[in-house]
Amino acid sequence: MLKVDYMVQARGLAKHFPSRAGDVAAVRGVDIDVEVGEIVGFLGPNGAGKTTTLRMLTTLLAPTAGAATVAGHDLRREPVAVRARIGYVSQRGSTSPQALVGEELIDHGRLHGLSRATAEMRGRALISELDLDRSWDRPCGTLSGGQRRRLDIALGLINEPPLLFMDEPTTGLDPQSRANLWQHIRGLRDEHGVTVFLTTHYLDEADALCDRILVIDHGEIVAAGTPTELKREVSGDRVALQLHDPARLPSARAVVDRIAGVTVMRADGDLLDFSLPDASAALPGVMASLASAGVTLAGIEVRRPTLDDVFLSLTGRELRDQPIAA
Amino acid sequence: MRFLNETWLVFVRAMRLSLRNKVWLIIGLMQPLLYLALFGPLLKRIAGMPGFPHGNSWAVFTPGLLVQLGIFGALFVGFGLIAEVREGVIERMRVTPASRLALLAGRVLRDAVVLLVQSTVLLAAAYAFGLRAPIGGVVLAVLLVAFVGAAFASASYAVALLTGTEEGMASIANSIAVPLLLLSGILLPMTLAPGWLRTVSNVNPVKHIVDALRALFQGHVLSGTVGVGVLVGAALIAAGMAFGTRTFQRDSA
Repeated sequence: MLKVDYMVQARGLAKHFPSRAGDVAAVRGVDIDVEVGEIVGFLGPNGAGKTTTLRMLTTLLAPTAGAATVAGHDLRREPVAVRARIGYVSQRGSTSPQALVGEELIDHGRLHGLSRATAEMRGRALISELDLDRSWDRPCGTLSGGQRRRLDIALGLINEPPLLFMDEPTTGLDPQSRANLWQHIRGLRDEHGVTVFLTTHYLDEADALCDRILVIDHGEIVAAGTPTELKREVSGDRVALQLHDPARLPSARAVVDRIAGVTVMRADGDLLDFSLPDASAALPGVMASLASAGVTLAGIEVRRPTLDDVFLSLTGRELRDQPIAA
Repeated sequence: MRFLNETWLVFVRAMRLSLRNKVWLIIGLMQPLLYLALFGPLLKRIAGMPGFPHGNSWAVFTPGLLVQLGIFGALFVGFGLIAEVREGVIERMRVTPASRLALLAGRVLRDAVVLLVQSTVLLAAAYAFGLRAPIGGVVLAVLLVAFVGAAFASASYAVALLTGTEEGMASIANSIAVPLLLLSGILLPMTLAPGWLRTVSNVNPVKHIVDALRALFQGHVLSGTVGVGVLVGAALIAAGMAFGTRTFQRDSA
């Protein structure tokens, strides 16, 4: 039998917080499997339970129910062993502004039980690998947002963990720093075999970076798969036809309705908008049938589904449903 | 061994950052001197009043300042921890195999060392102003203050973790500090107080620490007052350390 090695295996992991209105379930029993060498994205809106789950997996929060093995050790029984084998990059940062970069790296390495010399050697290597050369003697507070996030990652890697947890790694970064950070995260996996588990509420990030995505909403995992699988399963392709003559809309609709698996989303004026499983295979036939039915087109648009569509169809909500602060 | 090593690491890091903060350093050292210079002279007039303890007025006043410095300074160290929580430093350190207790103990040790340095400066200045007190008693007094200060620092860190905000921390620390201060006889001895006030102040543990310190400054090392002070101090230390330790070891702290 083929044996798959898992870096994270969680079953029924749940967290309830007591409140005045009774128990509030932040996470309602999630199952998580992360294979060795994967980059897995935990995707969901703010308040979905992403950070709570991450804090449980990193031993910062005791689960109310469920069990998990993280980096080969039982989360509840051997939290210290788990901590020794993981790296954690928190959303809020991890350094004091007045502390020097080198000091934080050495101190953090030594809290992991490294000798001073080993901590310094690894720290310097990480700094150079993460494009932070010449920052060793600088106060952390003088680094830019992107630099500081890379320093957080360096701190998370000082114990050479096989598994790195990252909470919203690119939140608050400018587009260039985000792209740069994605490259570094891919490099961790490709060059060092580090398994990465990250949370994000950016669909483009999950799409660009992750081998597999778990979608969480209201404390439950509502979908899991590769970005391509998720898009294929959930939405299909979208096609919008613009007719020359609005009067021909009923004929056009009759043609489209005959195709297997079609859902008409909108039929209005000169516009016919529908989804179908595989547009590239079906469209040539559709065009021919439309022509023989006497429908001429003014325009045609084919759109591959995005993770936005996936999220909308899974949860009935847009992912970014919160107003962006002005 | 590993625990001591980790405590030392946390202590060195905390100390290094404290020393880098020049404003904090200057204020920390100037504060006791200002009390001596600006409040001390008032005491000479009061020293002859009925109820005022006999002897050198500086020997009555300086122990109060020591307690003020130690205990009430320590009550507010939690503010620094809230900043560290916000910076993510605490969470980063908690995802290492290091003992949670070491993360607390290293910081409390820093506060105790700072307190010892401040006390030394205060005492050197007080002797220059005219304090007359036996060195042995004074050293014991400083040690008592350092331990009780550590207990208050530990409790302050626990409150900081539990409240998580400066506002919450400030309201709790102030509501504890003000009655403790007013009912401790720090600035003027409670022997001057009317009977009812003296009775109320007797339930204030800090009052017994201040009394013990004054006795030590008189050289009455083996006295009942000192014994009570040491017992109260030990109880405070046990309570403060237990509170801090429990809070630091809670999973969500």
